[in-house]
Amino acid sequence: MSEHAARQDAPADPALRTMAIESLLIEKGLLSTDAIDARVQAYEQDIGPLNGAKVVARAWTQPEYKRRLLSDATAAIAELGFSGSQGAEIVVLENTPQVHNLVVCTLCSCYPWPVLGLPPRWYKSDAYRARAVIEPRAVLKEFGLELDASIEVRVWDSNSDIRYMVLPQRPADTARLTEPELAALVTRDSMIGVAQAAAPQDSPSADSPSP
Amino acid sequence: MNPALDAPNARPADLPGDLALPRSNGELIFAEPWQARAFGIAAALNESGAYPWRDFHASLAREIAANGSGDAADHYYARWLAALESLLAERGILSPSDIDARASQHAAANSHDDHNNHNHDSR
Repeated sequence: MSEHAARQDAPADPALRTMAIESLLIEKGLLSTDAIDARVQAYEQDIGPLNGAKVVARAWTQPEYKRRLLSDATAAIAELGFSGSQGAEIVVLENTPQVHNLVVCTLCSCYPWPVLGLPPRWYKSDAYRARAVIEPRAVLKEFGLELDASIEVRVWDSNSDIRYMVLPQRPADTARLTEPELAALVTRDSMIGVAQAAAPQDSPSADSPSP
Repeated sequence: MNPALDAPNARPADLPGDLALPRSNGELIFAEPWQARAFGIAAALNESGAYPWRDFHASLAREIAANGSGDAADHYYARWLAALESLLAERGILSPSDIDARASQHAAANSHDDHNNHNHDSR
């Protein structure tokens, strides 16, 4: 029997084939998920959330861009040259002093790749997917983010049609920073909503003593 | 052949010319999560000693010579995956029919749950 006849019904979907290879290699003890993650992270660290950070920094510095981003994020993000989420719309949610947004994909791991790169492993975990909806404040606390009870927490479930990204609040004392400097404060976690944007580092040359 | 690739410690980032990883402004591009997994699997197998990197490089070169590398990450990583599959077969690590069978199982599992309706990202 020819190889071709035998393979006719085999799925050509590369995602399925990749998943098949990964699971078979793990079963054979030739690889671990951790080893694969480590290689991917090493090479891909810098693509990850950089695009999203640039979008956020632009929104922080240009009110008109922020307006466009909040009304049509897919188009506003494409303005910066980032696209390719396979037809899924990206919606950006603004954090304010009154409202904190948190993103999850309860069914699997839908994620706005063009701006955030690949989802972190915990985002795909059963625990995060289940608990983010049921007890978001407890989950945030585990990430080190304790929110005042007066702040409303909104949880958004990403899916194949809409991928959510959080616009974190601009940190205090950042008026002097340039757009690239601001982008450096924007972490992946802050755009998923499990953290705030980072506080500006005290620059070594600054001699302002802390109070 | 780039002599750098014959070095025992050659790494994915050393792939030259047509074989180079897709990048935009110096940053690696993965258009979809499976592409990063396929990348990670090939690199991790090399690291664990399953094959020297030059063998993966040769397999990828054959795939790209036969099909072109294209500009898009989609096309590039389709070649990458094919290169990985043929190398795994050559080395007797996984046969194409092993992979077919497991991929069919994953496909069947997907079609029996919510993913069929929602068309979510595969996990």
